[in-house]
Order: sequence, then C-alpha cells, then structure tokens
Amino acid sequence: MKKSDVPQDKSNLESAHFRELCYAVDENGEYTTENSTGWTPKTIALDNAIQDIKERTENARKRAEQGLTSPIEYFMELNKMDLGILTSYVGFFRWQVKRHFKPNVFKKLSDKKLQKYADAFNITVEELKTMKYED
Amino acid sequence: MKIDFTHHQSAHCENGVVSNLMKYNGFNVSEPMVFGIGSGLLFCYIPFLMVNHAPAITYRTMPGQIFKKFATRVGVKIKKEKFKTPKAAQERLDENLKRNNPVGLQVGVFNLSYFPDEYRFHFNAHNMVVYGKEGDTYLVSDPVMESVTTLTDKELEKVRFAKGAFAPKGHLYYPIAFPETFDLAPTIKKGIKDTCRTMLAPVPIVGVKGIRHVAKLIRKWPQKKGIKVANHYLGQVVRMQEEIGTGGGGFRYIFAAFLQEASKELQNEKLKELSKEMTQIGDLWRDFAIDASRIYKNRSSKPDAYNQVANQLETLADMEEVFFKKLKKAL
Repeated sequence: MKKSDVPQDKSNLESAHFRELCYAVDENGEYTTENSTGWTPKTIALDNAIQDIKERTENARKRAEQGLTSPIEYFMELNKMDLGILTSYVGFFRWQVKRHFKPNVFKKLSDKKLQKYADAFNITVEELKTMKYED
Repeated sequence: MKIDFTHHQSAHCENGVVSNLMKYNGFNVSEPMVFGIGSGLLFCYIPFLMVNHAPAITYRTMPGQIFKKFATRVGVKIKKEKFKTPKAAQERLDENLKRNNPVGLQVGVFNLSYFPDEYRFHFNAHNMVVYGKEGDTYLVSDPVMESVTTLTDKELEKVRFAKGAFAPKGHLYYPIAFPETFDLAPTIKKGIKDTCRTMLAPVPIVGVKGIRHVAKLIRKWPQKKGIKVANHYLGQVVRMQEEIGTGGGGFRYIFAAFLQEASKELQNEKLKELSKEMTQIGDLWRDFAIDASRIYKNRSSKPDAYNQVANQLETLADMEEVFFKKLKKAL
C-alpha cells in the first residue's frame, strides 16, 4: 500500500477523535506510517456486527417481556456478553446461569445472587428486575 | 507525579508498549522490529472457539507471545505480576510510579472509556503504559491512540480486572535488566526463522494450511449456515484482518516494514526484495477484504460470490507458501 493510498474514509473512529496508524510505503519505496480515519470495507463489517448485537438484544428484550426468558439474558446481550463471559463475571457455573434465564427461577433468586448480576451489568438490582435503567 | 515518558503511536498495542518501554530505557527499537523479532506474524483458525458468535481467526500469535519472544531473544529481563485483589494491584502500581518506573498493563477493552463505543468488545489482551498519577487520575499512554490519555482509579481498576478469556487479573510488567551488548542481527534471524516455521507448519489450521482451511469453510458457509450467518462470519474474518492494531492487511504491512529494516541491519538485499513482495501480498489481502465487504454489504448474495473470495484466499495461501520458503533460504 502506498502512503497516498491509505484510506481516509468516514468511520466510527470520528466520535472518539482518533485516527489509527497504518504502515505504507512512500514515493521512494521506504516504509513509513500514516494515520487513517477509517476504511469503508471494515466499517461495514463492524456496523453489521453492531447491528447483529442490536437484533439479539431487541429479541431478548421482547422475549423477556413476554415471559419467555429472564432479564438476565437481555442485559447479557445488551453488554455484548455471551454465556462464557457472563459466567466468569458472576462466578456461577454455566448451567446455573442458563437456569437463571428461566423467568420462574429468576423470580426466586436471592438478592445476593441478583446483586452479582447487577454488578456484572453495572446496574442496580431494581433496574435488573424491572429492565428499566438509565444509560 | 509524572514520569518523563514519550508516547509514540503504534499500530498494535503489544508491539507499541514494548517499543515505547524500550525507547524509554534508551534502546531505539521500532514497532516492526519488535513484531518481527517477536515472530508476531501468523494465520490461525481456532476451531471450537467462537468470538462474538463467529469462528475465531487470528493473523497474529497469542497475546503476550510477541513480548515474551522478543524479550528472550534480545536478552531483556521482564518482571511480571498478577494480583488476587484490585487493592494489591493498585498498591503495586503506585509503588512503581513513585519509583519513577513506567509500567505496562494488560487490560480489557470493554470498559475503556476513551475508546469509541463500537470498538468496546470483551477483548482482554489490550496493553498500555501508565506513566504517572495526579490525584485519583492515572496518566495513560495507550499506544494505539494518537496522544496520551487518562483514566480515573475506578476506571483503571475495572479494565485491569475485566473477566472472561485472557482475564488480565491486574497483570503488570516492566523490564528490569538489559543486555550489555545490543546486537539485533542474530535475533532478527531467529525471529524470521520462527515465523517461516509456523507459517509453513504441517498443521491443518495454522499458517498457509490454515488459510486454505478457512477458504474451504467459506465455500460451505452459505449452504450450511444460511446467508445471514455466512455474512456475519465473513465480516468477522475481515474485522480480524483489518481491525485497529493490524496496521492493515492482517499485519502483513508491518511484517514488510520489518523485512525492510532487517535488510539494512543484516545488509541483505534479498530481504529488501522480499519486503516488496510482502507488501504486494498485503495489497491482495486488502483486495480480499474489499470483495468480501461487497458480499456482506448487501446482506444477501449468490453462493458463487463466496467461491470467488475463497479462490482469492487460496491464491494468497499459494503466494505465502512460496514467499516463506524463499524467506527461509534468504537468510
């Protein structure tokens, strides 16, 4: 890649005011570095991944409202977590977390256990129960 | 309290922290040099591991490996510590800062407040240097950022004790002893040989064989997983290749920059030519990313399009196979 070809496309980096560093060759064929504001092919890939997470979150929210799953699954998706990551934050086994996804089991969870989930999601127990929270 | 530490932006965090800490200690080692001597280049498909609900593919060695190999080869001794409690981790950090010693930290990205939201995933092998503390605020040199930044003690505790794969557990590190003679030539050769060996390894998921393996998977994805999932998987391949930290082209450009620097250090003209060749290979990886993005942009496409990008990967595998065989002989 030539230095002049380092892409300067619009991307999500803008919001944080930073440009990433790329390696490229100058007119004399010497390697140098150049900052890039972003590159469309990867911005699309990232946007799609974010869209996918949004869909998963929305889906979990609907199912939680319909009583098909507990708010834990919703907040797990909202925090871009999967079962493995959530498990390591709360310190339960996988099967326990899966069980806590069941609305009936969730209702009977002790405050101590709920607190662990709330801490993992950075919210209060009340917010966890009601699924209402302030970002 | 602020240590006189110079921040240099780098493409990749691990190389960057090593390069910056070396420069602070009076050894001028560039980022590509760290990457090459530490044998950072790779291609590996990791079966059974899913990242963000898609198969894991990496263009670099395991987190920490570049640093480890670089330090062993050059002869730098590194002190590494992990902690059971956040309190102990913070105390040790503060002690070091009081002694005027900037330290490297391994952190999770998800709670890194200065990163753009879209980039905050549960990735726990990010690296930064802390070079001072003012009140409750730590002065941070994050090598992928253009300039220095800060984190409050609460924020820093969160990222140092992120959970999940590669949980940092407060991991803190810094060099404690340097070699008397600093001769890079033999270490460059070791680094190159090691990279050639892994890239040509007779393992189906590693190196050029790994690239062919992924090409085969891509052909199967649309029928086996459906277009939506296939696109998601393909997007992840491109993201791993081009994400912040790769320097573009799945680390191939950084490696080409290393070969160019190495050719001067070893006075080996062949390496200079090979550097040009690696740049061309990097350009082809970029072309692959462009064509792949055309597929997942539309969120629907013909199976034939997948075969085409798979062909591109197979061409890349062939080229890299020839390349690394030549590189091995060029030393």
